[in-house]
Amino acid sequence: MADTTASTADSHGGHHGHPADPSKRDLLELMAGAGAAIFGAGIAWSVVSSMNPAKDVLALSSVEVDLAPIQEGQGIVVSWQGKPIFVRHRTKEEIKAAQDVKPSELNDPATDASRVKAGHEKWLVLTGICTHLGCIPLGNKPADLRGEWGGYFCPCHGSQYDTSGRIRKGPAPTNLPVPPYAFESDSKIKIG
Amino acid sequence: MAGLHKSEFANPVINWVDSRLPIFTMMQKEYGVFPTPKNFNYFWNFGALAMVCLMVMILTGIFLAMNYQPNTELAFASVQHIMRDVNYGWLIRYVHQNGASMFFIVTYIHIFRGIYYGSYKAPRELLWMLGVIILLLMMATAFMGYVLPWGQMSYWGATVITNLFSAFPVVGKYIVTLLWGGFSVDQPTLNRFFALHYLLPFVLVGVIFLHIAALHIVGSNNPLGIDVKSPQDTVPFHPFYTIKDSVGICVFLMIWAAFVCFAPNYLGDPNNFIPANPLQTPADIVPEWYFLPYYAILRCVPNKLLGVCMMFASLLVLLALPWLDTSKVRSARFRPIFRKLVFVWVLSFIVLGVCGAHKPEGIWVILSRLAALYYFGHLLVILPILGKIERPLPLPESISNPVVVRSVAIVALIASLFAVQSLQPAHAEGMAEAPLPAQKWSFDGVFGTVDSASAQRGFQVYKEVCSTCHSMKFLHYRDLAGIGLSEEQIKGIAASVEVPLGLNDAGEPKVGPGTPASQFRSPYPNDVAARAAMNGALPPDLSLIVNAREGGADYLYALMVGFGDAPKDMKMQDGMNFNMYFPGHQIAMPQPLHDGQVTFADGSPSNIAQEAKDVATFLYWAANPEQTERKQIGVRVILYLGFMACVTYALKRKVWAAVH
Repeated sequence: MADTTASTADSHGGHHGHPADPSKRDLLELMAGAGAAIFGAGIAWSVVSSMNPAKDVLALSSVEVDLAPIQEGQGIVVSWQGKPIFVRHRTKEEIKAAQDVKPSELNDPATDASRVKAGHEKWLVLTGICTHLGCIPLGNKPADLRGEWGGYFCPCHGSQYDTSGRIRKGPAPTNLPVPPYAFESDSKIKIG
Repeated sequence: MAGLHKSEFANPVINWVDSRLPIFTMMQKEYGVFPTPKNFNYFWNFGALAMVCLMVMILTGIFLAMNYQPNTELAFASVQHIMRDVNYGWLIRYVHQNGASMFFIVTYIHIFRGIYYGSYKAPRELLWMLGVIILLLMMATAFMGYVLPWGQMSYWGATVITNLFSAFPVVGKYIVTLLWGGFSVDQPTLNRFFALHYLLPFVLVGVIFLHIAALHIVGSNNPLGIDVKSPQDTVPFHPFYTIKDSVGICVFLMIWAAFVCFAPNYLGDPNNFIPANPLQTPADIVPEWYFLPYYAILRCVPNKLLGVCMMFASLLVLLALPWLDTSKVRSARFRPIFRKLVFVWVLSFIVLGVCGAHKPEGIWVILSRLAALYYFGHLLVILPILGKIERPLPLPESISNPVVVRSVAIVALIASLFAVQSLQPAHAEGMAEAPLPAQKWSFDGVFGTVDSASAQRGFQVYKEVCSTCHSMKFLHYRDLAGIGLSEEQIKGIAASVEVPLGLNDAGEPKVGPGTPASQFRSPYPNDVAARAAMNGALPPDLSLIVNAREGGADYLYALMVGFGDAPKDMKMQDGMNFNMYFPGHQIAMPQPLHDGQVTFADGSPSNIAQEAKDVATFLYWAANPEQTERKQIGVRVILYLGFMACVTYALKRKVWAAVH
């Protein structure tokens, strides 16, 4: 059987007695053991990294969303990198409610301005995945249950988010993340 | 009686576990102090090497299975996905692909060692028979693994081998239908072969466990073939043989790495770079080299049923070897006649292998019949008689005389590699019409890399000329970074073509400008459309064309410049063009490249030779995008393993100093 990681104690215990130069042998044993360990680590590195996203997954292109058809108060869901992205056209009341909250009152303090693009406050773009355990919260459609703060309500464990997607109540630790996106024109955004 | 095992380990944690489950005691007994004859030569490395092969195959196989799709529509493409997109996917796959050959080389030498030194004789008969079963399981596993990439050789290999069973009267055709799960090799066949290819290695692990368990009951044979008489004849397995095996493993891994990194497809067949086509058999069906001897036996018998029976018999007869050989002396060293004849027998096996690689015509049929006759005659006639009449040399009293270390094993290994090499040219037979003029390529040799400037010009040639008819489905625009194009250039190239973008809101197919993530745009929406537009002749996809043709880039270059007027005595078919290097000389494609056809921005001459050279370079890169990284890794790994071989060899000499 192959085993280059010879342990010093065992290998000296052969009943044929000690070789002439034990210190040189110790060094060789160390080199053989370390060399085998490094080689094994190299193999492990390559096979384990094969489980990381492949080039085609990493190259998945960005998504463009046309905002024109979305009525005030409505939201749509688009898929980006396999994740649901909420795009919501907020009403004036919702925007005001979001802006009036003092960040210090929040579990995960953030101003509404930091979560939308300046000049496009009516558009809220969020990654629609509850930060608790990954369910998709309700609330993107007006008919959905939206919780006490009129934003989003996660049906799995009752986390509630406000109209800026910030966590207000429940077990979720952080706000709904804002994906990277930019306005291509007033009625078109590009996510990714 | 309940109670704890009395463990002798000092470490309290090990002691606690060992008292309840004495695995440490067992390992210590079987691999630590296990008394092993002290006169092994390097032939005794090959069991450990085979074990290394199995473990590497299982490890790489599991990670390949995570990305492979056992579906006739997707299998070929998923292998290309592994080769091109998965991190280190090419490395894992080439290790696995070449690993099959390495496993067989090592196992064949292991078997030869057993035969030469009489390791199959009493009391090791069962140990030997388990070994034969391991060989059969390995063959089944290797065969099914070869089917999975779903190339032309995969498909037709599967068809031919499963059809072997149709030779059996009455039940034959039912067995074949059962194996296929249909009326030809198809989706159900591929799917079950994948399941079995994943299962059988673990069955192998089980049988190998029994093989080793049996070995540890009866003890190892040794080059003298005499029994161990006293403790002076043995050394503990560790460290004496762990370190000796380690030397062998380092050298063996160097050879394996050399194949993987510098000649990954040397042992493969170009036809397997063509996706399976159930309507067309390749001109030469050749199994992998390790099946060639049995294939030759099958073909040299002019009767279907008898041929199949002989083929199976050539393996099953080995089960009876312990009883066919009537000599009580184990090692060939003390059997002067056997010692010569055993090499004749090996020669007959190698001759069968060479015959198996050639078309069964003329001299090859006669040779394979003679070789098959000796193969069986040696086992069934010579061995039983020889044991009675041969006068063996006097056997030594005991093993305790000077231990001679021999380097025969290494010589044998290298010799067998050359033997394998001699099988290769056969693939080319009947393919090349005129000898290909060899070109100098930037990517030749151990340190050669693809010349980016040439590959970029080649891409321009592809884009402006070839792409009007030929697709390159396995490439994406983002891949062009590999020939040195910048991100901006790639975006520009991709945006300049219209590619399918799925469905629009009305559910209709949508097209739009491509992105770097888009596949190379195909000139036709599908193969049927391509055939219809091309008068029935499908222009092959060029992604893998360099690997899929015997002669590779040389062939492509020759094909581009080989157009001309047909000789007067040759009758050309309508619409066909004469080409000196195309098999059969009649090609549907009209001469694609002409002087002055493509204007290169870098001022390279715009003549047909330059265009052909550049496009062949580009297509070589397209088929082997990993080649630069592969060679770099190869140089490093081989240097590292060479260093490790020196370290382990020095340590081995130190460890063995007391015994010598």
